[in-house]
Amino acid sequence: MGKTIVITSGKGGVGKTTAVANIGSALASMDQKVVLVDADIGLRNLDVVLGLENRIVYDIVDVVEGRAKLRQALIKDKRFPNLCLLPAAQTRDKEAVSPEDMIRLCRDLREEFDFIIIDSPAGIERGFKNAVTPADLAIIVTTPEVSAVRDADRIVGLLEAMEKEESKLIVNRVRTKLVSRGDMLSVEDVLDILSIDLIGVIPEDEHIIISTNRGEPLINNNSAPAGRSFLDIARRILGEDVPINMYTEDENLFTRLKRLIGWR
Amino acid sequence: MSTIIESIKRLFAHETSSKEIAKERLKLVLIHDRSSISPEIIEQIKEEMIQVISKHLEIDRGGMDFSLEGEEDSIALMVSIPIKGMKRNKKKSRD
Repeated sequence: MGKTIVITSGKGGVGKTTAVANIGSALASMDQKVVLVDADIGLRNLDVVLGLENRIVYDIVDVVEGRAKLRQALIKDKRFPNLCLLPAAQTRDKEAVSPEDMIRLCRDLREEFDFIIIDSPAGIERGFKNAVTPADLAIIVTTPEVSAVRDADRIVGLLEAMEKEESKLIVNRVRTKLVSRGDMLSVEDVLDILSIDLIGVIPEDEHIIISTNRGEPLINNNSAPAGRSFLDIARRILGEDVPINMYTEDENLFTRLKRLIGWR
Repeated sequence: MSTIIESIKRLFAHETSSKEIAKERLKLVLIHDRSSISPEIIEQIKEEMIQVISKHLEIDRGGMDFSLEGEEDSIALMVSIPIKGMKRNKKKSRD
């Protein structure tokens, strides 16, 4: 029986979809059978982040409304044989799917997959409820900014009200330099305010922009600090005890020299 | 380099780092968010308090300060009401 994980945030643009794509492909690379479900109906994006946008035939609404079988709607990722995507519908709205539909859908997916990872839309309305209702574990993504942390706090409260017991936090886009000069909330500050368990810290990393441009997950790239951090999160999800590590760009002689003479 | 200069500047100017400001602001805003007291209820409490106090004291409504504040886990309703003067007993002041 598979485990259902929702990745959510409240605020938009903090990196939910990127997290879903990278944690999903990381778990798939560790021999887990993974399905990614895009619950952002009307504003689908997980397909483009994964580079699978040209292969969509049926979507989640087609499955819920009985026009397609689940098997027909699932898109297999050729790069990761264990990874599938169930895309959102682009021309419908969030009301097309109910939380009960999502529970039924995930019950079917559980038979076949080890992990079902749901990409939640921003906001706290119907789409959020759809995404969160079937989940065993909620992963909240935030950035070290006042607005994102505030919204994450609201999500923590809503999850508690929905009696979702297990929630974890990812602090995304941490800029070590800004933190060390006191111009960015540190991971400790964020944890102090939100008081939930940390599952990972992702440094700001331009490789993310490049990989999203290409529609490729980052975890294949060993020199990308964000990719290594996502791999660590996947290991923690699998129950490994991996210490939190703040990866930085690997320094070679040239970059070290540049830094020494203050030219960056 | 600029980081070090910034830090030294800050050390001498006793300037609060922007992160400390962010943290304080967040803590305050979360006190409001977490308490389920709506702005309407706050407004109602305010009006009722003014009514009661106005019976005995002449107050400066414009200078009033009414807010929820918190330290660590406790929340306090902080009210500051400037008093213009005492009302005379048995004689209604026509203000």
